[in-house]
Order: sequence, then C-alpha cells, then structure tokens
Amino acid sequence: MPAAQSAAPPHQRQVLSPKVASWLQVAPMAVIFTLMVLIPLAIIFVVSFLDYDFAQVFPELYLGSWVDLFTSQLTLNLYALTFKFVAIVWVVTFVLGFCIAYFLSFHVRSGALRLLLMAAIAIPFWTSGPIRMVSWVPLLGREGLINQALMGLHLTSEPVTWLMYSEFAVLVAYINLLTMPMVAAMANSMAKIPHSVIQAAKDAGASEGQIIRDIIFPLIKPGIAIGSIFVVTAVMGDVFIVKQMSGSQVNTVGMSIVTELNAFMYPPAAAKSIVLLVIVLSIVGLLLRFADIRKELQK
Amino acid sequence: MSKPNPRRARPLSFYFLAAILSAFLLFLYAPMACVYILSFQGPTGGMSFPMQGWSTHWFQVLFSGDGQGVGDIGNAFRRSIRLAFVVAILTMAISLSAGMAYRRKFRGSNFVFYSAITSMVLPGIFVGFGIALMFNLLGWRTNWFTSGIGAQLTWTLPFGLLIMFIVLGRFNPSYEEAATDLGASARQRFTQVIVPIILPGIIGIAMAGLTSSYEETARTSLNIGTGNTMPMEVTGLLTAASTPVLFAIGTITTLFSFTLVIVSLIVMSRLAKRRQMRTAA
Repeated sequence: MPAAQSAAPPHQRQVLSPKVASWLQVAPMAVIFTLMVLIPLAIIFVVSFLDYDFAQVFPELYLGSWVDLFTSQLTLNLYALTFKFVAIVWVVTFVLGFCIAYFLSFHVRSGALRLLLMAAIAIPFWTSGPIRMVSWVPLLGREGLINQALMGLHLTSEPVTWLMYSEFAVLVAYINLLTMPMVAAMANSMAKIPHSVIQAAKDAGASEGQIIRDIIFPLIKPGIAIGSIFVVTAVMGDVFIVKQMSGSQVNTVGMSIVTELNAFMYPPAAAKSIVLLVIVLSIVGLLLRFADIRKELQK
Repeated sequence: MSKPNPRRARPLSFYFLAAILSAFLLFLYAPMACVYILSFQGPTGGMSFPMQGWSTHWFQVLFSGDGQGVGDIGNAFRRSIRLAFVVAILTMAISLSAGMAYRRKFRGSNFVFYSAITSMVLPGIFVGFGIALMFNLLGWRTNWFTSGIGAQLTWTLPFGLLIMFIVLGRFNPSYEEAATDLGASARQRFTQVIVPIILPGIIGIAMAGLTSSYEETARTSLNIGTGNTMPMEVTGLLTAASTPVLFAIGTITTLFSFTLVIVSLIVMSRLAKRRQMRTAA
C-alpha cells in the first residue's frame, strides 16, 4: 500500500485525524452495503424460519422450509444439477481459457496482434445478455443452420431437438459467455511472468509441457482463482440464461427460487437462498486463499 | 516485448493452439453474426435462414411501434438510461471517496472490503430478493429511485472499489509528496494533483457503472417498481415475439452499446495521452 505513510505533514494543521477522515470517506459505501446487502441478508435468514400461506408470511417459527430442503429428493436434485453445470462449465472454460491465454501470452510474438486478439475476445462481452441468448436460435433451433447442415449431409432425417431448449443449450451459452473472464484473468497473471524466466528454462532444456507445469501453473494461481470465482458465481447465481436457453425446461436452484418468489412462497425461497449463499461464499473463500485480490490489483 | 529470434520455426503446439483460438472466435461471433444478418430479413422471412430477400422492414416495424409485439421499448430505454446515469455518477463519487480512504490503514477496512466482495459474488437474484423483502416488511413500495438505485449500486460499487485499487496502486506518490513539499493543502493535493492524474480511471469507473447498470436485471427486476428497464423489456419480447423484429432490436442495441464503449475508450485514451504529454513536458 503506497500511502500507509500518510501521517500528517508536519507543517500543516490537520483538521481531522487520518483515521476519522478514512471513516468519513468510506462511510457512503459502508452504509450502502449494510443497508442493501447485509440487512437484507439477515432478513432473508430470519424469514426462512417463518410460517407462510398463499399470500403472506406469519411471524411464527416454522422449520418446514428447512426440513423440506434437506429431505426432499426434488430439492436435492436441483442442487445436483446446479453443481453439474458448475463443474462442466468450470472445466471447459478453464481448459479453453488456459489454451487461449497461453497462446496469446507466449506464442503470439507481435504485441499489436496480441492486443487485437484480446479485443476480439472481449468485444462480444458488451452485447446485451438477452440478445446473445436469442442469437442461438438461428444456429441451434429446429430450423437452424446446424440442423440444416446435418440434414443436408443426410446425417439425420429429422431435426435434432436437443440442440436448443435443453441442458446442452444452457451449457453452450455459459461457455460462450464465461470463457472471456477466464482468459482475461489468466492472461493478466501470465503477463507478469518475465520472459527471461521462460527463456532460461528453455535454455536449460525444459520441454513446453515442463514449462507449463513447473513454471506457468504455479505463477498464475491467483489468475486461475479470480477467473474461477467469476465463472462459479456466475453459474450458481444465474437464472436468466437457464430460463432462456432451456425454455424453462431445466430447473436449477436459482430457477426454483424464482418460481417460489413468484408464488409468494418466501420462506422456502429464503432457505434455498441461504444454502446457495453458504455454498457460494465457501467456494469463494477457498479460492481467495490462492489470491490476495487487493495485492493482485495493486501490482 | 523482446523478440528472441523471429525466424525461429513455430512448434507444433502453435498451430494446435491457433486452431483452438480460431474455433473459439467462430463460436463467439457466429451467433451474433446471425443476428445482424437476419435483422435485414425480407418482410416474408422468418427467424432462421435462408434469407427471403433483404430489407429494412423489421427496423421500420420496430420504429413505427404499431403493435406487432414491440412493446414499450422507447419508455424502457429512457428508464434504463436515466437509471444508468444516476448510478454511474453515484458509483464514481462513492468509489473515489472509498478508494481514497484505503490509502491509509483504518479499522473496519476489512469489513467494507469483504462486504464488497460478498456483494459482488452473491447470486444477483438473492440480493434483489433480500432488498424487495426488506421494503415489503417495512411497508415501503419499491421504486426506481430508492430500491432500484440501491440494488444496482450493490452490483456496481464493488467493481468501482476494485478499479480504484488498480488506479491508486499505480499512482506514483512522489507527485503528491512534491506537492506537499511545495506547501499544497490537502484539498489542493486532491483536486490539483491526485484527481487529474487518476482521471482516466475515475471516468473508467463511471463508464463501467453506466454499462453494468444498463445491463443488470437479476438485482433490478424485483426492485424497479412500475415499468420495465431495457433488458427486462427485451427479455419479455424474446418470449413474446417470434419475428425478426427481435434481431432488429439486437442490431440496434448492439450498435448503441458499442458506441458507448468506443466513446468511453476514446475519452479515456485522450485523457491518458494528455496526461502523458504533460508529465513529459
């Protein structure tokens, strides 16, 4: 931290002590997080223990929402499917992201070309989400290009239906959206590895595989952690992609929370949210052990 | 970047990885290309290829707004833009102030930092639900000006704070020390030294706030009160409409976002260049 030294300059009369000044400066942000994140979080926690009927929540203790959560096979399946999505998307974006970041950082020799390719990867990120979802219909839909091609080549006689509005479609959309943050986080870490280190390893006769395993991987752990946080939280918290790409046919935890909210079933929705929150925060806490975000950003 | 020997032969892995990158770029751009091309579909054409001639028919349908499942795009757009501007300015001011606080050590710094991280990684629907529930219990009505802005700030402020860390991490404190030695007051140091130097970063925060507010739905949708924002309206249309008018919306909104991004990048690089020239002089 460059400015931990900001003891008041000697020839100046400080009106505020530095500590109080910091508190005042950070106060608006602290107030908003407290009012809009922490208090609502506490309310959700409390509501999950309350009784309810079709229209309202009663201030009476009721543990049914929690009992259902841990005993209903249906609910457990929701969590299983959500984890399946997280696992598949993480593995694919990690492998794909690493290949691309590694290629850009160590194979592309021209700086301008590298910048151009990075921009090409980043640009679609600024397209509105719903539009990116609908863009899959002309490709994967019943009458989409892929089905036209498959039928034109006589590989199938009828259109393949699992391409769109299916788990497959949801995964395609996730991977399409979330590879970019993985590439960015890893490429950022790779840019901090001095080329002389790689060159020295090469001169000493290390193979490309050895360089990746013994030098690059250990040095980009913070990047991997930050990229993974982005991917895991995006998939676990998503409801829109699942809804659009599966045509509401695939049910994840997020989707079921939304369904219950729409039916005014607040306590079970709250209980599910709390479990989801604990899972997300544990994963993030685990990943943060590999990356000190504040230190990473200030480098 | 040092080039060891440009004439050295490429290893086999180069071609393999280049193929992966090309395939990925195709995967990234093919769906969007379909949207842009199909938005010029002929009046008799449908939502998939082949093209039944070329026309701007679907753009005319969109702008004439004569029903046909186009909804309330104009109002939704105005609502979104108004919200985005307020959120962008608030994000900029609050993040700048908080970033300045982190230049010193203070008690509670971890609390605010981890609140920000929590706010960023929490499922959006969860934050939105919590805020709506709080308003519900207090008997307040959700409204774009209170719950709407608050919900969006939980999404934009963490990024604002992280950008401030990057910006201030790169800030060379010797400029500030020089100003102090010349007798500058705290206010002068802030307005005449620190802010001009980190201005591109501050504008970056505002632009990030603007674009992410414009795109956000998970936290906003339950808290916006009456009337849809742009992404909510577009999502609604996606389920309702089944004509290429959707693709026309896609082409227009993409053009708009790209203009926004390009303008902000130009402004930022202009400022950075001007600052460099001044520092060099």
